[in-house]
Amino acid sequence: MSIFINQDTRVLVQGITGSQGKFHTEQMIAYGTKVVGGVTPGKGGQEVCGVPVFDSVQEAVQQTGANASVVYVPPAFAADGILEASEAGLPLVVCITEGIPILDMLRVKKHLNGRATRLIGPNCPGLTTPDECKIGIMPGFIHKKGHIGVVSRSGTLTYEAVHQLTVLGLGQSTAIGIGGDPIKGTGFLDVLAAFEADPDTYGIVMIGEIGGSGEEEAARWIQSHMTKPVTAFVAGRTAPPGRRMGHAGAIVSGGQGGAKEKIEAIRACGVPVADTLDRIGVTMEEALRKHNLLDRCR
Amino acid sequence: MKIHEHQAAELLSQYQVPNAGGPAAFTPAEAAEAASSLGGDLFVVKAQIHAGGRGKAGGVKLAHSIAEVEKIAGELLGKTLVTKQTGPQGKVVHRLMVTRGVSIQKEFYLSFVMDGANEGVTLMASAEGGMEIEETAAHHPEKIARCLIDPVVGLRSFQIRRVAHTLGLTKEQEKEFAAMAGNLYRLFIDKDCSLIELNPLILTGEGHLMALDIKMDFDGNALFRHPELAELADPLEEDPKEAEAGKYRLNYIPLTGNIGCMVNGAGLAMATMDIIKAFGGEPANFLDVGGGASAEQVAGAFRILLSDPHVQGLFINIFGGIMRCDVLAEGIVEAARQVEVKVPMVVRLQGTNADIGKKLLNASGLDIHSTDDLAEAAHLIVSLSGGKRA
Repeated sequence: MSIFINQDTRVLVQGITGSQGKFHTEQMIAYGTKVVGGVTPGKGGQEVCGVPVFDSVQEAVQQTGANASVVYVPPAFAADGILEASEAGLPLVVCITEGIPILDMLRVKKHLNGRATRLIGPNCPGLTTPDECKIGIMPGFIHKKGHIGVVSRSGTLTYEAVHQLTVLGLGQSTAIGIGGDPIKGTGFLDVLAAFEADPDTYGIVMIGEIGGSGEEEAARWIQSHMTKPVTAFVAGRTAPPGRRMGHAGAIVSGGQGGAKEKIEAIRACGVPVADTLDRIGVTMEEALRKHNLLDRCR
Repeated sequence: MKIHEHQAAELLSQYQVPNAGGPAAFTPAEAAEAASSLGGDLFVVKAQIHAGGRGKAGGVKLAHSIAEVEKIAGELLGKTLVTKQTGPQGKVVHRLMVTRGVSIQKEFYLSFVMDGANEGVTLMASAEGGMEIEETAAHHPEKIARCLIDPVVGLRSFQIRRVAHTLGLTKEQEKEFAAMAGNLYRLFIDKDCSLIELNPLILTGEGHLMALDIKMDFDGNALFRHPELAELADPLEEDPKEAEAGKYRLNYIPLTGNIGCMVNGAGLAMATMDIIKAFGGEPANFLDVGGGASAEQVAGAFRILLSDPHVQGLFINIFGGIMRCDVLAEGIVEAARQVEVKVPMVVRLQGTNADIGKKLLNASGLDIHSTDDLAEAAHLIVSLSGGKRA
């Protein structure tokens, strides 16, 4: 098993005719993802990477039976794309687009509240269930099928974590990048709850970074709700306060959201935190050994 | 994106918000001219820099005549102001704003902030405004009234009434406050602001509300729909290396150490700085070349790193996903042909086409230490750069 996506996921690519959309459609298909169609308004009737292009999400869903979409459209049109996918009834929308105005995302988030659509992202690398389905821009070959769930706020750190686990022989159930923006569709808590409920996930690696309080909330939730071992890593110990480090969410202000405070809060909840970047994999390995889960995970 | 106070004042005027803004001046003569156009016998000359704390740093001066305005302008222009918010290097004053002096009965604080964590716009107000607002926030948070505005329904009358009540205003002044708050929120949403701060918002001697000091910040991601705001960007306010990095669409922040870093992805870049520090080194910068950098961007990044005289070693840590390691290697080789590299270089390539990338680097004849192992790479660059900087 896995969370959110599997071999039955039928993916629609919004913005399939753009260079990014086209490139990653190729990559997703090569990985084995069932890409069933694409959407670019005004370009219906074309074909890209062997899949049909439609003018609207609604039409594409009717024609292809898609049950998920991935959004590669430019920032100015991304909010519209997400809302269109939601209105067409898609249960999962993954938004890769970086640089969407925060006001647009605020409105989208409020609109999706209480609706059936799960949004992952924006400004995220997407998610992969190894050997079944890859949605987004993650390099497929670093993954290995297995039992560790990975959830991360940072793109390349997701790859780093997955790679380290794979090298140690620890495959993944699903690896998911939730994105670094302050307004995001799916947070740590939603993903952790899904991993806790997934019988095939035995341990979870959580990767955070400075800014916000998502990691602290997650750690408290882990302490009171989770039975599976969770290990963590937080980037940004040396980030100077008050400076933007690329992600709009990564802003340290008023002593809150600093890496040191986060790490202390996470450890206080009984979650081991890797001291340095190179120890993300081995920290999970140690936790699995302690819980007598290591053999089952290999 | 930040703008200058005189530009923010113009925006307030467009939205009918009373303010003590005035014309900008780039020379003492222009300042004198501005003062004479304003008239009166009391003026304020304010340094225009993209940072707060100007008053305490001597960047805001009273003048009692046009001649004094000109004299103060001469002193302020070209001066480096070091405030709480500029960092120790300070900021050079390139322009001034000249305003009429106003009599002040009371000072308040009023701000609208984009609040991602709470998924709304937070309105904050305090009856104790002025230069000590940060002290108030730290020690008496109860003296700052807050309310969260849901952008779907906007700023509501009950919220305005509640905030106004905490300021101790008269009935008439409460009406003025309601109009002002409504206009400020409209401006905030119309222009995709991330911050509007009036500190102080004053009650004039005549009993009217007026914005005396104004700060505005905008969502850089929304500038595509506000070309009129994009034009207000002031390149003189940017670090030249940061500006150069911006040209190549690189995310660069200079720091004080001696190990130059080039990494893809903000999270990995921060974690790379962390591991350098953990192993006893000091990063010279944060540099995120992004997810899909071209050889040209990498070459640009390389030149920026080497232009820092403090850099005694380069650490390149790339996890190729969208970015192919061979493209990165080409960029390094190309840049190294143009710029003489006198410092040791450690490269850790992982991911897409890492093997091809390593071959390209090895064949280039450059003095490059290449390794797959992250910890080994970090130890190596720290020792090659002479360990910890004094």
